[in-house]
Amino acid sequence: MVPTNYYLVLSAILFGLGVLAFIFKRNIITIFMSIELMLNAVNLAFVAFSQAMHKLDGQVFVLFVIVVAAAEAAVGLAIIILTARNRQSLNVERVDLLKL
Amino acid sequence: MTPQLVVFFVLAALAVGGALSLIFQKHPIHSALSLIVVMVSLAGLYLLMGAEFVAAVQIIVYGGAIMVLFVFVIMLLNAGVEEHTSISKFAGFPGLLLAFALTGFIAATIARSTDSVQAVAQPGNMASTRDLSTMIFRDFVYPFELTSFLILVAVLGAIVLAQREKA
Repeated sequence: MVPTNYYLVLSAILFGLGVLAFIFKRNIITIFMSIELMLNAVNLAFVAFSQAMHKLDGQVFVLFVIVVAAAEAAVGLAIIILTARNRQSLNVERVDLLKL
Repeated sequence: MTPQLVVFFVLAALAVGGALSLIFQKHPIHSALSLIVVMVSLAGLYLLMGAEFVAAVQIIVYGGAIMVLFVFVIMLLNAGVEEHTSISKFAGFPGLLLAFALTGFIAATIARSTDSVQAVAQPGNMASTRDLSTMIFRDFVYPFELTSFLILVAVLGAIVLAQREKA
C-alpha cells in the first residue's frame, strides 16, 4: 500500500501549483481553473485521510465539495461571460474598476 | 517497490505535470485540457485508494460536466492567448516565493506529524459504495438535501446572470 504521507505531500504540491497558477495567470478563465485545481488537491487530502482512518466521512465531504464546485463553476462562468461582454476583455488587469 | 507504489508515482507525475502544464500554457483551451489530465489522474488515485464511487463522480462531474462547461465558455468568448503586462511580471517574483513558502509549510507540517498520519491502511476491508450511500442518506441527509437546494439556486443565478437584457 501507498503511505498516506505520499498522498498528502502530492496534495500539498498540487495546492501550491494551484496557488501559483492563481497568482501568475492573467486570463480570468484560467484563474478560475486554478481554483478548481486547489479544490481537487483538497479532495485528494480528504480521501487520503478517509482511507487512513477507515472512515467514510472524508469521501462524503468530497462529494459535497464536488457539488459546491459544480455550483461555483455555473455561477462563476456566468459572471465571467457577463464581465467579458461588458469589458470586451478577459484580462483581469482590465477588470480593476467597479464602474465602467 | 510494490505495484501500487509504481501506479501511484505514475499518476502523481501525470497530475503534477498536468498542473505545471496548466501554468505554462499560454492559451486557455490548452490549460483546460491540462486540467482534465490532472482530474483523470486524480480519479486514478482515488481508485488506487479504494474509493470507487468518488473516482466515478470525479470523472463524470469534474472531467465531464465542469470541464465541458469551461471549454464551452472558452469557445463562446473566443478567448485568445493571454497578454502579460509589466505589472504582472513584477508580481510574479513575490508570488513565486509565497507559493513555494506555502507548499513547503504544508509539506513540512505533514512530514512532522508522521506518527498520526503515516498509519498504512490495510487493504481489503475498505468500505463499499453501499456504505457510502447509507452514510449519505442517513447521517448526512439534511446536508444532502441542502446541496440540491444550492444547485437549484446556482442554476437560477447562472441563468439570470448570463441572459441578455431585453432592450
